[in-house]
Amino acid sequence: MQSNKSYLQIVKNGIFAENPIFRVALSLCPAVAVTSGVKNGFLMGIAVLFVQVMANVTVSVVRKFIHPRVRIPSYMFIIATWVTVIDLVMAAFARDVYKQMGLYIQLIVAFAIILSRAELFASKNKVTPSFFDGLGMGIGFLFALVVISFFRELLGKGSLWGMPIVDFKPLLIMILPTGGFFAVGLLMGLFNWIDIRFFGGGGASGGGH
Amino acid sequence: MENLFELFIAASLINNFVFTRYLGLCIFFGVTKKMETAIGMSITFTAVMVISAALSWVIYKTIMIPLNLTFLKIVIFIGIVAGFVQAADTIMRKISPGLYYKLGIYLALITTNCIILAVPLLNAEEGYSFIQSLSFGLGSGIGFALALIIMASIREKLELAEIPRSFQGLPISFIVTGLIALAFLGFSGLITL
Repeated sequence: MQSNKSYLQIVKNGIFAENPIFRVALSLCPAVAVTSGVKNGFLMGIAVLFVQVMANVTVSVVRKFIHPRVRIPSYMFIIATWVTVIDLVMAAFARDVYKQMGLYIQLIVAFAIILSRAELFASKNKVTPSFFDGLGMGIGFLFALVVISFFRELLGKGSLWGMPIVDFKPLLIMILPTGGFFAVGLLMGLFNWIDIRFFGGGGASGGGH
Repeated sequence: MENLFELFIAASLINNFVFTRYLGLCIFFGVTKKMETAIGMSITFTAVMVISAALSWVIYKTIMIPLNLTFLKIVIFIGIVAGFVQAADTIMRKISPGLYYKLGIYLALITTNCIILAVPLLNAEEGYSFIQSLSFGLGSGIGFALALIIMASIREKLELAEIPRSFQGLPISFIVTGLIALAFLGFSGLITL
């Protein structure tokens, strides 16, 4: 089905046209939860990228052996297995970060974006395109998290990656829970505005589940 | 007993999953367009929450700890939730088609909700007793229901408001959620655990 699309296009599709957070609006929880600092956002993005790619590849490999009626639970188990892998790896190598966001790493398993890519793409495509689809989606996700956390950390703490950058009284509200919602809302609005203004798009974001 | 009440209040108001732990947002934004769906989701969600908290507690204590399988908790808990939701779906369809017709669609959505998985994980991590787990599950369910209902009532009014085109839909909902979250911060001094 996707054979005439180059792999580059599949990857690009995940980053821009179907960006998981700003365009499709799936898996919003981590977008707010772990973006109070660039480092956390980045590591979370890497974790999701890893799970997305591995889950896509695994689902694609076993897609012919899974009966359609039990496919969703089977995909859940595949995803949960890879999440356990990244969870244990993070717990071993990034202890300080893991303390803050261990719960959210474990909850990657319930992210709608991973399941929906497995269901919509990997279950219908060969291994290589599935790999690139996962890569694109994962990078798109990573990109969105880094953008959001960039603004939140810069405004909320006046620093980036833990390094102080600007010397001013930070806006405490940006690193509070509330700030996450504001930042995501404003950035989404900005993306829509760019889309409407420069690309003549509809500007409608996804249904939000 | 006080401890249980505190746990309940903490889970529903102070550490409200939507507003302070930012979980379950996908469903939160998905079903709050209409009051009716928000209420249906709240009922289904609270019921599933309490039962799956109980089930996972039993399995965690009786099977996983004795066999040293705690590192598999993510896989097993998601299995329990998915299995239970699937079973509830089938049983409800057979026993009361009327109820199924009303609430069945929400059941399918619940599996992709992070809160439903977060509660068993937190229960396991904090080492709550059975009753405490139930109370925590119930509190989380009610807290989520509260969030859904508040949000649905605001969004129904938002339909009538004039919003800049690029902010229509999700962006404005996010900003409204941010404001509610700000209000919920006020609960933070209510009980010190």
